[in-house]
Amino acid sequence: MELKDKLVSSFLAFENTVDVDTAVHDIRSQAIKTFEEKGFPTKKEEAWKYTSLNTVLKHDYSIFPKEENAIEFKDIKRYFLYDLDTYKIVFIDGQYSSHLSETTHDKIDVCLMSSALTHEKYKPIIDTYFNKITPQDGLSSLNTAFSREGAYIYIPKNTIADKPIQIIHFATGKESAQMLQPRNLIVVGENSNVQIIERHQSLSKNPVLTNSVSEIFADKSAFVDYYKIQNDDQSASLIDSTYIEQHAKSVASVHTFAFGGNITRNNLNFYQKGEGIDSILNGVTIIEGKQHVDHNTLVHHTEPNCESHQDYKGIFDERATGVFNGKIIVNKEAQKTNAFQSNNNILLSDKATINSKPQLEIFADDVKCSHGCTIGQLDDNALFYMKSRGIGEKEARALLMYAFANNVLSSVKIPQLKSRINKLIAKKLGVDIGFDL
Amino acid sequence: MLEINDLHASVEGKEILKGLNLNVKAGEIHAIMGPNGAGKSTLASIIAGKEEYEVTKGNIVLEKEDIEELAAEERAHKGIFLSFQYPVEIPGVTVTNFMKTAINETRKAQGLEEMPAKDMLKKIREKSELLEIDRKFLSRSLNEGFSGGEKKRNEIFQMAMMEPKLAILDETDSGLDIDALRIVANGVNKLKSEQNAIVVITHYQRLLDYIIPDFVHVLYDGKIVKSGTKELALELEEKGYDWIKEEINA
Repeated sequence: MELKDKLVSSFLAFENTVDVDTAVHDIRSQAIKTFEEKGFPTKKEEAWKYTSLNTVLKHDYSIFPKEENAIEFKDIKRYFLYDLDTYKIVFIDGQYSSHLSETTHDKIDVCLMSSALTHEKYKPIIDTYFNKITPQDGLSSLNTAFSREGAYIYIPKNTIADKPIQIIHFATGKESAQMLQPRNLIVVGENSNVQIIERHQSLSKNPVLTNSVSEIFADKSAFVDYYKIQNDDQSASLIDSTYIEQHAKSVASVHTFAFGGNITRNNLNFYQKGEGIDSILNGVTIIEGKQHVDHNTLVHHTEPNCESHQDYKGIFDERATGVFNGKIIVNKEAQKTNAFQSNNNILLSDKATINSKPQLEIFADDVKCSHGCTIGQLDDNALFYMKSRGIGEKEARALLMYAFANNVLSSVKIPQLKSRINKLIAKKLGVDIGFDL
Repeated sequence: MLEINDLHASVEGKEILKGLNLNVKAGEIHAIMGPNGAGKSTLASIIAGKEEYEVTKGNIVLEKEDIEELAAEERAHKGIFLSFQYPVEIPGVTVTNFMKTAINETRKAQGLEEMPAKDMLKKIREKSELLEIDRKFLSRSLNEGFSGGEKKRNEIFQMAMMEPKLAILDETDSGLDIDALRIVANGVNKLKSEQNAIVVITHYQRLLDYIIPDFVHVLYDGKIVKSGTKELALELEEKGYDWIKEEINA
């Protein structure tokens, strides 16, 4: 059976087990219809021109985990930022793992989507925010139909989350192939502040397909600092859709570190609803082999005096392929918008590919918008210069690559995370040098 | 220390060095002068190990070891240092971190432990004072936005940090005003000892007023065509290179 048919028929069994007779249930029913109609995206769609899901969709994925799988913390410790005190919301094969998690309801809610969707207490928030900004495309609708588990984070107004929150999804590989559909809802109240680190990690060589959707709401003057670490096994594919609505004077920043996986697609959409907003999109992609990373971004400026800053760096080796498609829309009313976009790439092999496409739709006349894209190689003169100072070929190349990505890396605001990312990069480049610049 | 015997080298099939001989002993300063296009910078790059150049004949011997097969970093580990005519800008790598990496990678290759952070900082402080380099300068990206003079001063700072056996200064005087020239030359002179050697490559005599050479060689058309003492440099300054060309072609 094709995956689409399997999903649609599984929904019939699934829907009777969750939230019957609620508004959410109606949303699900509508969403599965949308998915049935639209299905999975194909390369015929402009937004998917350079990313094909064909090879990923051919596996016979199990859609629901059959049992609760336990993992010992010591076996997976390295995937956590363990040298930093954080809240943790951890899932194993899509099921919440209470023994690996550390949640709270003290001042802020850091807990589970499953309880938020079913408990009366959260109903006002769910009614106000759930599925309100997620577009009606096939993949997001599929996630909506099956959304059951994920992170639920609510920061009331005038509150600073006392420590960062880690959201980690593990796939154990107990199933021969597994599909996961996490759904996160993050609501940050007026004048509030939160830092979040998200990671998806497969622990086996069995295929995993994750279709994740996160909805994030930043109220007036809120500050959201979000980090995505994508450094998964070669057999794991990720479609990560993040939709962010921002209100006046809020600042939302998303860093995406794409260091590995089979096919990784990031849909990152910012919707500005107010004045004085700043949206920051930063990305570093370092991939090799036949890995594929596609960054599809959208910033929609609707009101005056807002900014957006996009800075994506990509390093592609061997036969790796990358896509950057950055769309900026500036409505007629959004005068004095400052929108910047930059996408710089280094190709280390003549078999590696990057498709970079800026897409600017500007309807206001008094705006500053700029975009720039570069594709190049490592500079031989710079390599010789470094080597002539005793730095070996591999280290010199690594240092140049690190330097290339440095302005994005240096904007990471959590020092322990920055140091972890530096180590991930050093390990990836096979060198043992400190990058603390 | 350095012996170059009948060196022929080419780049992209074009022969640049055509049988060059040079013998530099520890404690000596040699100046190599010559008209544009004579092969001066090529010689500097070849000694430092730039891969684009192919040695077709002859050899380069550093302390009794043939080095022409060694990679640039291996030559650096053995004590060769090249002060670049055009230092490369490397955004994102600070001067300090570049030096830390260079020194520790060199120490690693020599089988030594990494230099303790405290010692490194002390050394950086000492050597930056020697070159009159502002501390703020050290946390800037390497050569990025540096003036010509700052770049050259930074090259000699790196030389001071690396403490090479053989330093080749390629057109270090170009782009320097007189004050910067004095600082750079003073730095070089302080680094000079009986254990190391310096090869100064220059088009003009000016730098040699400050860094006094023991020997002056004229490089022309890929060969050393004339050698002498520092007076030769003065003669070249006064008379230009034409008389040498005439002498050769006669």
